[in-house]
Amino acid sequence: MLRFSRSKIIATVAVIVIGLLLAVPSTMNREQRQAFLNAIPGWVPSWLVPSRAIVLGLDLQGGSHVLLEVDAQDLMRVQVTTLRDDVRRILRDTRVSSQNGIQTVQRGVQIRVPDAADRDRLLPRLRELAQPTGNAMLGQAGGNTIDINTTPDGVITLTYSEIGTNERIRRAVDQSIEVIRRRVDATGTTEPSIQRQGADRVLVQVPGLQDPQQLKALLGETGNLEFRLLAQQGATDVDMLPMQDAGGQRVPVERRIIAEGGDLIDAQPAFDTQTNQPIVNFRFNIRGAQRFGQATTENLGRQLAIVLDNQVISAPTIQSPITGGSGQISGSFTVEQVNNLAVLLRSGALPAKLTIVEERTVGPGLGRDSIEAGKMATYVAAIFVIIFMFATYGLFGLFANIALIVHVGLIFGLMSVLEATLTLPGIAGIVLTIGTAVDSNVLIYERIREEVRAGRSIVSGIQAGFDRAFATIVDSNSTMAIAAVILFFLGSGPVRGFAVVFILGILTTVLTAVTLTRMMIALWYHWMRPKVLPF
Amino acid sequence: MRLVRLWPENSHFDFMRFRRFSFPLSAVISILTAVILLSGGLNFGIDFRGGTLMEIQAKSGQANVGQIRQTAEGFGFGDVEVQEFGTAGEVSLRFPIQEGGEAAQAAVVQKARDTFNGDYEFRRVETVGPRVSGELVQSGTIGVVLSVIAVLFYLWFRFERELAIASIIGTLHDIVLTIGFFVITGHEFNMTSIAAILTIVGYSLNETVVVFDRTRELMRRYKTMPAEELLNLSINHTMSRTVMTAATTALSLLALVLFGGQAIQGFAQVMLYGVVICTYSAICISSPMLIYIGLRGSEAVKVPEGRAAAAE
Repeated sequence: MLRFSRSKIIATVAVIVIGLLLAVPSTMNREQRQAFLNAIPGWVPSWLVPSRAIVLGLDLQGGSHVLLEVDAQDLMRVQVTTLRDDVRRILRDTRVSSQNGIQTVQRGVQIRVPDAADRDRLLPRLRELAQPTGNAMLGQAGGNTIDINTTPDGVITLTYSEIGTNERIRRAVDQSIEVIRRRVDATGTTEPSIQRQGADRVLVQVPGLQDPQQLKALLGETGNLEFRLLAQQGATDVDMLPMQDAGGQRVPVERRIIAEGGDLIDAQPAFDTQTNQPIVNFRFNIRGAQRFGQATTENLGRQLAIVLDNQVISAPTIQSPITGGSGQISGSFTVEQVNNLAVLLRSGALPAKLTIVEERTVGPGLGRDSIEAGKMATYVAAIFVIIFMFATYGLFGLFANIALIVHVGLIFGLMSVLEATLTLPGIAGIVLTIGTAVDSNVLIYERIREEVRAGRSIVSGIQAGFDRAFATIVDSNSTMAIAAVILFFLGSGPVRGFAVVFILGILTTVLTAVTLTRMMIALWYHWMRPKVLPF
Repeated sequence: MRLVRLWPENSHFDFMRFRRFSFPLSAVISILTAVILLSGGLNFGIDFRGGTLMEIQAKSGQANVGQIRQTAEGFGFGDVEVQEFGTAGEVSLRFPIQEGGEAAQAAVVQKARDTFNGDYEFRRVETVGPRVSGELVQSGTIGVVLSVIAVLFYLWFRFERELAIASIIGTLHDIVLTIGFFVITGHEFNMTSIAAILTIVGYSLNETVVVFDRTRELMRRYKTMPAEELLNLSINHTMSRTVMTAATTALSLLALVLFGGQAIQGFAQVMLYGVVICTYSAICISSPMLIYIGLRGSEAVKVPEGRAAAAE
């Protein structure tokens, strides 16, 4: 009959108390939480202490969300350039010459070697360029990164295969994440989150960042630094590169690279002691120092070209050989530019250009206002529903209200343990749950009322009400769950926060609206032995 | 203490009569929705259309909308929508998506920040490039389609064919009328709207399930009762619950509309409307639909005598 055994009571209360305790850390701010954790004596095992807390979404705490995409075309361009250099090196090594040089084709290069003997010497070396992909140990069938095709008349085409391209993009994303992490860390922002998204994207989330301009400036640059020489009159192997602050004017720069960003071991912003202008001091590693020393010794009086992402940012004249391995980049820079440049040089180059495909920034003011508005809406909704339930069902309404408050507490408890993110739509989800959670109670109560009206005794009416309403409660919650689960898998960021709250709400409602309410009603019945329903 | 009763006990209201009004009414709204929708009437937000949205607030508390509009139009980034909202000098600016792919969008933000930074605080900046907006359209559409498929599967397992058909009609009706809300009011349609539609799908289904559970129960009890009478009885039996749940849900949504702040208001308004629509459709669309689909052909009445008795 309407019995609730002692062990069942203890179990129910224990689950609820633990669930509510889990929410405790989320009610405190960072300092309070630390103080709370410190206040707990050392003999308490750490797994007993609730330490996890809800994470506030960027829309509530303010901050920047930037979605970057690896520019596949740019990556391919870089790849083809590398391939071209490799092929040129192999041609030189094997002393084979290609008719009409090395042609660039779609995703690769083409050479023409009509002599069969030459081709036989060349091809094995070219095949070394093509690395197998896939994991042989896992038995994955991979192809090669580069396809090599030969026609009878001696045209050899090397192209990046589909697999090779995808593999490169995957690696480029991994490398980019590392470089981005170093760059973002260098700006001194707290707790940035940098993660891969999809095949070719990186999501950067920086809480508290109000103006992502500097971040975007840092991520928008590839950061590829080269030390070259300005070409002299009549030189042939040159690139025409734009000169910074020269109104788009282009200058000839030798193709040969003396040293590059990878040779640097340090770069720091500083001020020139004489002109007091912002500069960047840098230091080379041994290889870079040697090559730089040799080049500056041989080319005294000529102009160096310091090239960043295919733009000449400075072209100082070599006054004396620089053999100590350190130097400086000066130019017409602002302090901020110098800071960014130093960060770019220290963090290394990105494997390819990154494009910003989505940006969402919320100022801290709006975040605070949203939290306040969300709290207000939650309280008002709770008061509305609590008054309404009490006015309709009296004492039973009070039971439902207690269950409702526990229900909201448990959602927070579960979210804390999962370290789930609370977003503004998530708050909307909580408010909505307040309205829908009492549905289960309403179903039960209305059924009880009906059963008693149909002539059952109060105790059997309550029993029947719970039993008969239960199937409908399961139904009504599964219908909501269908929508919530789909939303969870398809939504991103804030919308997903809504789905999380909704799913957790569905789980806890069974415990609170069914088990907890039933327990309260059973206890009430045994103490009061009522003859009529209180509603 | 006298307790509140929103719905009288033992009511014998003839709900089925309503179908003479509700069917034409819903049909007209659905057709209207389809017509406006096909003529491009959905006001897509930047999630789906791409572009840049900014919300700025005057540091002085008093925004000069005219000047902002004039300045922003002078940027040369196309048609700018400038709108004041709230009370504390908050203004929203919407720039259309820029030609020139993903990278071109950043220039808008840069320009606006440089121009308005002195007098205004930037409260929100959102830029969605063409590729991401295309993907969001895709995942939003998939979401709604998937939810309908999931609902179909659920109903297939849960109900007899006739009841399942009637409730899927109800759910589709609610989706169409919710989209109707967007096209008729010109309410912005974004990713949160998709969340609202999916939640409404859940709520709609919930409402029909509660009524149809009762219909099925009564079908087993009163084997010879005409469909119309039976459906009326089911609705009357569940009506006090329907009214209560609609009221508590609507109350909490009302709290969101009134106090939830501008960012969440749109969602709450749609949901509030959705609760009304779902309640209406469960009573005035799905249930009377069964009169035409034919209630008695369903499996439930073919339950052997013994089991039917046990179910009582």
